[in-house]
Amino acid sequence: MQLQVSNSPFNHEQAELLNNLLPSLTETQKVWLSGFLAATLTVSDTGTADVRVMEAQSSGKTISKEVTILYGSQTGNAQGLADNAKRTLEGNGYQVTISSMSDYKVNNLKKVQNLLIVVSTHGEGDPPDNALSFHEFLHGRRASRLEDLRFSVLALGDSSYEFFCETGKQFDRRLEELGGTRLFPRTDCDLDYDEPAAEWLEGVITSLSEEQGSKVTAVPTTAAPVNAHAYSRTNPFKAEVLENINLNGRGSNKETHHLELSLEGSGLTFEPGDSLGIYPQNDAVLVDMLLKELNWESEEVVKVNKQGDLRKFRESLISDFEITVLTKSLLEQAAQLSGNEDLKALLSPGNEEKLKEYREGRDLLDFVLDFGSWGESAQEFISILRKMPARLYSIANSLSAYPDEVHLTIGAVRYESHGRERKGVCSILCADSILQGDTLPVYIQHNQNFKQPKNPDTPIIMVGPGTGIAPFRSFIQEREEMNGKGKTWLFFGDQHFVTDFLYQTEWQKWLKTGVLSKMDVAFSRDTDEKVYVQHRMQEQSRELYEWLQEGAALYICGDEKNMAHDVHNTLIEIIEKEGQMSHADAQAYLDEMQQNKRYQRDVY
Amino acid sequence: MVNLLLKAPEGPPSDVEQIKEKSNYLRGTLGEVMLDRISAGIPDDDNRLMKHHGSYLQDDRDLRNERQKQKLEPAYQFMLRVRMPGGVAQPSQWLVMDDLAQKYGNGTLKLTTRQTFQMHGILKWNMKKTIQEIHASMLDTIAACGDVNRNVMCNSIPFQSKIHSEVYEWSKKLSDYLLPRTRAYHEIWLDEEKVVGTPELEEVEPMYGPLYLPRKFKIGIAVPPSNDIDVYSQDLGFIAIVESGKLVGFNVAIGGGMGMSHGDKATYPQLAKVIGFCQPDKIVDVAEKIITIQRDYGNRSVRKNARFKYTVDRLGLEPVKAELENRLGWKLEEARTYHFDNNGDRYGWVKGMQGKWHFTLFVEGGRIADINDYKLMTGLREIAKIHTGDFRLTANQNLIIADVSSQKKKKIIELLETYGLTDGAHHSAIRRSSIACVALPTCGLAMAEAERYLPVLLDKIETIVDENGLRNEEITIRMTGCPNGCARHALGEIGFIGKAPGKYNMYLGAAFDGSRLSKMYRENIGEEEILKELRVLLSRYAKERQEGEHFGDFVIKAGIVKEVTDGTNFHD
Repeated sequence: MQLQVSNSPFNHEQAELLNNLLPSLTETQKVWLSGFLAATLTVSDTGTADVRVMEAQSSGKTISKEVTILYGSQTGNAQGLADNAKRTLEGNGYQVTISSMSDYKVNNLKKVQNLLIVVSTHGEGDPPDNALSFHEFLHGRRASRLEDLRFSVLALGDSSYEFFCETGKQFDRRLEELGGTRLFPRTDCDLDYDEPAAEWLEGVITSLSEEQGSKVTAVPTTAAPVNAHAYSRTNPFKAEVLENINLNGRGSNKETHHLELSLEGSGLTFEPGDSLGIYPQNDAVLVDMLLKELNWESEEVVKVNKQGDLRKFRESLISDFEITVLTKSLLEQAAQLSGNEDLKALLSPGNEEKLKEYREGRDLLDFVLDFGSWGESAQEFISILRKMPARLYSIANSLSAYPDEVHLTIGAVRYESHGRERKGVCSILCADSILQGDTLPVYIQHNQNFKQPKNPDTPIIMVGPGTGIAPFRSFIQEREEMNGKGKTWLFFGDQHFVTDFLYQTEWQKWLKTGVLSKMDVAFSRDTDEKVYVQHRMQEQSRELYEWLQEGAALYICGDEKNMAHDVHNTLIEIIEKEGQMSHADAQAYLDEMQQNKRYQRDVY
Repeated sequence: MVNLLLKAPEGPPSDVEQIKEKSNYLRGTLGEVMLDRISAGIPDDDNRLMKHHGSYLQDDRDLRNERQKQKLEPAYQFMLRVRMPGGVAQPSQWLVMDDLAQKYGNGTLKLTTRQTFQMHGILKWNMKKTIQEIHASMLDTIAACGDVNRNVMCNSIPFQSKIHSEVYEWSKKLSDYLLPRTRAYHEIWLDEEKVVGTPELEEVEPMYGPLYLPRKFKIGIAVPPSNDIDVYSQDLGFIAIVESGKLVGFNVAIGGGMGMSHGDKATYPQLAKVIGFCQPDKIVDVAEKIITIQRDYGNRSVRKNARFKYTVDRLGLEPVKAELENRLGWKLEEARTYHFDNNGDRYGWVKGMQGKWHFTLFVEGGRIADINDYKLMTGLREIAKIHTGDFRLTANQNLIIADVSSQKKKKIIELLETYGLTDGAHHSAIRRSSIACVALPTCGLAMAEAERYLPVLLDKIETIVDENGLRNEEITIRMTGCPNGCARHALGEIGFIGKAPGKYNMYLGAAFDGSRLSKMYRENIGEEEILKELRVLLSRYAKERQEGEHFGDFVIKAGIVKEVTDGTNFHD
């Protein structure tokens, strides 16, 4: 598009300069530039809006004050951000429609003028469950042109994964392909998403406002929460540990800790299906090994965040930063700071596979040992580290059954890699160090995508092998408290019956009282042939299908890589066989269940 | 048939009687509950029935509290006991038991005081496979526990092979004839098709009837001069009478039994009393009629008083004998004279009558296992692979490698030496004369340790024994974890019954040949006191005893304990 005085806010000279420059820019440069300009804009805080790239296409038209926010969220982060955006926008006088992607009527998309997408990415670049159908629709042939659409994407992800923010990137690209225009460039957020997300929202609102021709009124960096909880993700509550039990009997290969924490005085509440975030600390032994390889004193004081909080270097490595994962971006920044040629070579184009392989199973200590340190000071060293991310665990109790308590089921992660024993940061902290009376910084992560049916008389089928059992303990406790009459069926599996039957005596009790109607277990290493939960489902395919036909909701929790996929495929097989339908119809049957929230997953 | 003068005690039937009644000949819901995957246990009612199939549910009591905190059910596992009359096992059968113990059990085998194999630690889902493999080896587990005739014991006599084989044949005949006839075992464990239609009750169990016996019933055959099977401890004992090298018949002894309950003087150990003599071919008939008397007149209301010994003591020996003769339709002959020397085992190599050799191996606590450097289980496995005779499990928890030809003897000796398997000669005689029941951690009845503790205690007793120059003095010492008496504690010259963890009642004064019960000497004492007492007693014994006088006799003569002349004055 050629910029003119009539269709842009620029004078003739500016328009000409831009017309000369813009066609020569690559896609990346354009994105960078727009981000740069937007950032300059917000930082300048003048509101004078000298730079108005975003407004290019729409002068002369009435700009709607209606904004649609669609989110795709697995653990609730994206949904939380979307909710926050809604409140902030409404505070700025916009009418906001918010919906999960799965609940959204796709035909309405044609009428939307302002669309915000907040979406996370999972596993190998997969969309979250409640984004699947929308994602598929938008990328399919049925998606119509969206010439009038202005949009912006907030993408959530974890940069230690190869396909970082992939789902967000795909939506961003696709909306453009369909004719939409960016209100504000896509922002990709790593685990520590608060600041970039706030900047994105500010940018979005600024653009929208400028189109309205109005000045940007005060845009808070984070909107005030609706229910003014004192404690939140950014202000975690120090919960006291009431109980810490290893659930695995002697001789087990596993170590699964049952933690009971006190929420007394926190005002925090949750529902079955929600998760608890824990901010862990790194293993001090590992930190000391790392410090030995660095040139700075462990007592040296460093600034650990933008607020300027000060901490001793060693303490900061224990509490504030991630040292157990190597992200690509960390390596890139380290290369810039250190100038290490080998590292540069590893990062150079063509070495993607090698780089990926290097990052796998290695941590900061390996990296420093292999490529040396970087930066002039401890301060510079930590400047490129990721903030310590919180770990999310599915809550294993019902608040009504245990008021003021939150229970977790945490599997200890230990493995050997590159000649050294590795430990899961949070799980091993809980397994080895946390004792009764200690405290952990926690917050509640609400998850609307893993909720029992509103009607407690609706039958439910729960598939939760290993630590995937956790939310179902809360489901059943809640049913017991509510006197739910619906049938309940639980599938559980692990390695050995004798040592790994998590919460065994509780399930036995619930089977006896009838709160749990049916339970099937599979212990893979008790028999020559490995038996998993999906085999137990298959054995009872007829009854399982009958339950589905009666309207049962089905839940899966636990391992995503293998279990969730196997169980999903088994479900399709069962529906195909017992419902005597084609594979495609069986898939559609399950899709519809998902649409109707009768098929929900909490997988990791 | 029913004697109007004899009566069974009044009272409502005990819980187990009701369970048996409802069980449809020992079936209950065993078939279903064994398939349930949510618990490794089975309900109590089915467990009572399970006993009749040779097994019952236990749990590892060492882990009980710990697992409860872990929200895990107790470490449930089954004990499985084999029916093996006379304790005779073929090498192939030994190998099967060894394999099953490794595959499904806890990797060890227990040789019991009733001459059979016991396996521990079998998980519910492995039970059927285990029983099927045992069955395929021509053994079974039917009636190894429960209110029926138990494993029939028989003297092992390695030096009188011809008599042994004859007596052994009788023990097999008894065992087979007295088996329950219900097909429950075959249906539940061996997948036998159920017979359609309900047969007449009488047909199913012509001897036992639908309620079986009021309590377990034990039979043993002794061949004097060895009383290794403790014939007086049996409900029904047969004492082989050998005249001019020929088996002419058996003296019949009735009403023995070891069990009692702490603090309940209406319960007591009792010795069987000889009531007469019968021809060899009459013993099955005698056994059947005795069993039916117990069936009809035993106490079905109070299980603690249900053993045959209480029936005999209540009805009187003579009336029971009269009833027996009435049911037999013939009279017992007068008992023949006999003499017992001892109730222990003779260790080492012995040459038998047909030029075959027998080796009695000392097995401490009857436990076949590889423990540290002592590879007993491996050694016996290697021996079983080449052995062409048989194995005989003794009533004292030892093992005889029997019927070894002169050619094979060299090879067996080689293997014995390779694995350091021993006749116990390097141990004190008191250790070689010891018996301990299983007790903790698997036995649900145990109040204190036995098998795991007695060897430790013996280490300390041996010091005292050595100090007093008694190393080669055989003194029988027996320890049980509870008063039920699996180790026949009341017939040990020194006996211990578990009272609480680390605490035992100490008994003295039983006869070396098993013909006199012991008497409580000290109640509820711990190790320190046990050793203190033994230091004094053994020192006195060493100094004051007469030539050839056994410790059990000495303590009575010295007035240390009063002689028990009958079970009914055991508590006096």
